[in-house]
Amino acid sequence: MSQNAFTQGGGRFPVTRWSVVEAARSQNPAERARALETLFGAYWKPVYKYVRLRWNRPPEDAQDLTQGFFMELLERGLLARFDPQKSRLRTYLRLCVDSFAANTEKAARRQKRGGNAAHVPLDFADAEAELRSTSMNPAAIPSPESLEEFFEKEWIRSLFALAVEDLRKLCVEREREKTFHLFEAYDLDGSDDVSYEQLSSDYGIPVTDVTNALAWARREFRRIALERLQEICASEEEFQREARAVFGWGVK
Amino acid sequence: MKFLSDKSIERLRASADAPDLEGRRYRLLERVARGGMGVVYAAEDAKLERRVALKVLDLPGKNGELAKRLIREARVLARLEHPGIVPVHDVGTLADGRVFYTMKFVEGQRLDKHLAAVDSLPDRLRLFLRICEGVAFAHARGVLHRDLKPANIMVGPFGEVLVMDWGLAKILRDGAGQAAADEDAEATVMESAAREAASGNTTQISEATGHGTVMGTPGYMSPEQARGDVEHLDARSDLYSLGAILRSMFVAPMKYRMPRPLEAICAKATAETPALRYESVTQLAQDVSRYLDGLPVTAHRENMFERSGRLYRRYQTAILLIAAYLVMRVLILLFLKR
Repeated sequence: MSQNAFTQGGGRFPVTRWSVVEAARSQNPAERARALETLFGAYWKPVYKYVRLRWNRPPEDAQDLTQGFFMELLERGLLARFDPQKSRLRTYLRLCVDSFAANTEKAARRQKRGGNAAHVPLDFADAEAELRSTSMNPAAIPSPESLEEFFEKEWIRSLFALAVEDLRKLCVEREREKTFHLFEAYDLDGSDDVSYEQLSSDYGIPVTDVTNALAWARREFRRIALERLQEICASEEEFQREARAVFGWGVK
Repeated sequence: MKFLSDKSIERLRASADAPDLEGRRYRLLERVARGGMGVVYAAEDAKLERRVALKVLDLPGKNGELAKRLIREARVLARLEHPGIVPVHDVGTLADGRVFYTMKFVEGQRLDKHLAAVDSLPDRLRLFLRICEGVAFAHARGVLHRDLKPANIMVGPFGEVLVMDWGLAKILRDGAGQAAADEDAEATVMESAAREAASGNTTQISEATGHGTVMGTPGYMSPEQARGDVEHLDARSDLYSLGAILRSMFVAPMKYRMPRPLEAICAKATAETPALRYESVTQLAQDVSRYLDGLPVTAHRENMFERSGRLYRRYQTAILLIAAYLVMRVLILLFLKR
């Protein structure tokens, strides 16, 4: 498993196929590895941050636990036990993390085994910096509900970050770097004061070009994010439910 | 990989949610409502310079089933040209792949909200009759609504009554072509995603049963519809919903109790067995009209006192005039005898 594949979500799956969970159960090792890479890409940061907060572990322990958890997921075939009829994959993984972290005996075994297993190099420093920049801190987490909410929020952040990265790559590939810069300036970094007129003046292009570029980027972002989501859902029903959570499509 | 702040995520959500109107004649104005499967926006039709309602689906659903359903809903509406049914203007797919349709922008209130300002019983009943007109028209065209409830009835500023949200409509027979009827077989399967979003007074879609899929709103849905007996649904299922709506019109803030003939009308319309209900919406409306006109209703056999009371109410003016005349005569006679 390459670092890039691990951190960036690995090779993409054809969107027509369900799902990463099924692929993880495959007899084909290459397909299984790619499925796990996709899953890890979307989940390692939420898992790490969750372990830091929920289990109040120092960064080094949380790093070991995160790596150990994914090793466990792989070695013990935990995904094979996941039943999409009973819960969401996201909830299942979070409960697995809880169980893994709580079981100190298993954790001890993981430490021992970890001496021989090749650790996948993850950018924990990056995750730690992100954790510091979030508004939540361990002392401010009173209930399991808010931890669940935190995990969901971090999972959405991770998914969107992957989609933004995919969009950046797509823009480079299509030689539309300026489009990505506009998207970044308006939708990612922009304050409420940023206007199309200002971007038009900053980039020396007509306002209609700004409008069109942003419309294209948003359309592609939406498509990519939904494809990414589809990859890590176990069924159409789960995808529909998770899409509502990710995009905030609940009844208002 | 770039770290996304909470604010960036909110902006991305908003960007991804906004419909991509590139190449379309509409300009987004504001979001009006969000349902289980999509959003309704107020938009401006740039060509005709008028406000329209733009309904956009979030996701196409498994094998595009939800998208097919929305297109079908637009087609059903398009063939139901009636002042009591919201007219559809356009249907299509946006640049971002989402299916949409536009319809008349109804500036009014939902029936349940509107009733707070309607205190008079005859006015409420006249509103009900307007609802019946739209539904009876749809039935005459072979279309069942299947989700009639106060939240799906709009009352406009000039008293116009519009039956909305034909997303669960079922085509019983198709006079204009077979296509829509063919689509209906698929349309009876709904995504369970919408189930999660739906609750309380919202449309509920529950597990498929042996016969079909349960769709509708508890409290307004007929027993046969609640059982998922899709194949045997007919106009009497909507009739049940209308009976439930009529009953709901007498819940607070109505000042007086529901009169017994109207209670009987509601009971007949919402009978457990379809065979015991009115045969058509027209019959139900006729019974309500009879009550309004002070005539006996078919759903209720009145006793002597009720009959006298009804006749008194119906001929109140004449009776009072005659009574006044007689009193005057008696007074004059008494005066002359003195």
